Amino acid sequence: MIEKNELILAIETSCDETAAAVVQDGTKLLSNVVATQMDIHQKFGGVVPEVASRHHIEQMTVVLEQAVTEANVTMEDIDAVAVTEGPGLVGALLVGVNAAKALAYAHGKPVIGVHHIAGHIYANRLEKEFEFPLLSLVVSGGHTELIYMEEHGEYEIIGETRDDAAGEAYDKVAKALSLPYPGGPQIDRLAQEGKDTYNFPRSYLEEGSYDFSFSGLKTAVINKLHHLRQKGEEIDVENVATSFQESVIDVLVDKTYDAAKDYGVKQLIVAGGVSANKTLRARMEQRFAETDVELAIPPLYLCTDNAAMIGAAASVEYHKQNYASLNLNANPGLMM
Amino acid sequence: MNVLAIDTSNQPMSVAILKDSQLAAELTVNVKRNHSIQLMPAVDYIFNQANLTPKDLNLIAVSEGPGSYTGLRIGMTTAKTMAWTLNIPVVAISSLEMLAANLTYHNSYVCPFFDARRGNVFTGLYQAQNGQIANVKDDLNTSMESWLEQLQNIDETVHFISSTNHQFDELIKEKLGAQANIIQHSMNLPRASMLAHLALEREPTPVHALKPQYHRMVEAEAKWLEQNQSR
Ligand SMILES: [Zn+2]
Repeated sequence: MIEKNELILAIETSCDETAAAVVQDGTKLLSNVVATQMDIHQKFGGVVPEVASRHHIEQMTVVLEQAVTEANVTMEDIDAVAVTEGPGLVGALLVGVNAAKALAYAHGKPVIGVHHIAGHIYANRLEKEFEFPLLSLVVSGGHTELIYMEEHGEYEIIGETRDDAAGEAYDKVAKALSLPYPGGPQIDRLAQEGKDTYNFPRSYLEEGSYDFSFSGLKTAVINKLHHLRQKGEEIDVENVATSFQESVIDVLVDKTYDAAKDYGVKQLIVAGGVSANKTLRARMEQRFAETDVELAIPPLYLCTDNAAMIGAAASVEYHKQNYASLNLNANPGLMM
Repeated sequence: MNVLAIDTSNQPMSVAILKDSQLAAELTVNVKRNHSIQLMPAVDYIFNQANLTPKDLNLIAVSEGPGSYTGLRIGMTTAKTMAWTLNIPVVAISSLEMLAANLTYHNSYVCPFFDARRGNVFTGLYQAQNGQIANVKDDLNTSMESWLEQLQNIDETVHFISSTNHQFDELIKEKLGAQANIIQHSMNLPRASMLAHLALEREPTPVHALKPQYHRMVEAEAKWLEQNQSR
């Protein structure tokens, strides 16, 4: 027998990764299996929800089997089943939610519904214990949020995007530059080679606001490209990538820095798919090096969607016995 | 044999438990509601009625489609995951065949169908004989009009059975006249117990390979194939 408080089997299917993991006490990862559909959606230039749902159902038990085998546990050892309840693609979420309920019901275990963003934040706890109060910047294809936490399981959104998510702006600009899907990593790579010559706008919104807005920037880039093409001028793709990325990162870093200072936090967690961005990581490290705020960015494999993060977030709910009932449903627009 | 059977392929939801191969509990609900919310509470209810627990199961039966994509995935994810975790076999059966099985003792042709929008249906042709139901024409997605024209070649009565709606009643009568008999009242609703009985006679599907039979490609995939073949 392992010395433990609890073992959670977690499932995540909110977008295009079918994932299952076994997490011990919310901090220790015993297995973390992710079946990605990246190459399947690549040819469509983005995630096609119905295609994603069809793949989830084909992968679900394969991924579950691998997760329990690698963790070397049986369902009898598991104390609860956790699953991403939302937000996400409804058809994709439904596969995970119904698999979780079937597992839990078959073995008489509780099931815990988890908010996807809580998962992204809690990915960090698999690496480093939280220090409260903390601030988390969650940046991904669907999210750009600043979340303040005074204790486990208590989330206060102090800033969020008013239009496009940062990752969404990356994907749209990449598309305008005819870069392959997914665009984020492509732009980050090109941006390493270029200079900030196009001076795109930085959208700070009104004084004191921690909200974000990236659609103006996205439009500025697309208009600029259109203009250059019309005049038959050469487009320096690297410089466009750098100029765009600098604008995004300046705003992300500045706002996060201000919020961290204003709220007097001890720890800053950068989470979500975009936290894989090299430049964002480097710039955050630079800015927070001189402060008392401890910067925590999870390793790459925990930044992108995975089930271990869902298991980590569920641990807190497990101790509160915050269980879902058998009528748990997928909730694509779930609030935090 | 203790069997759990699940059908969520269309608006009606039906779940049943056979205890020692006899129907112990069955619940069919025909309201417009989300199967993801209804299914597990319904399964729990029939387990309680049958005085069984999931660990007592020997087999799971599930309708594999055609039907609503989302509905199919809810039922099949539940059936598949439960079968995997309980380490018991799972049998997938056509949701059209399950419906046709309502008329097992009619000794005639049975045409089950579901609305597939824009004048199309998911359908197939079955024959009931001596308490058995046999597939005559494979399940497919087709225009109802051309399907009915094919059925004109059969010289016998065809029983039409559909749980979805009656929007095709006029067309059926127009094309087949007295040859057609449209099943009414509650006989046109799926019964998971029929699914369970059919499953007792069938080979299980390897659990990881189990997936819904949609009988229609995703539009984005169809488009992609078209573009890449014409090049
Ligand atoms: Zn995510």
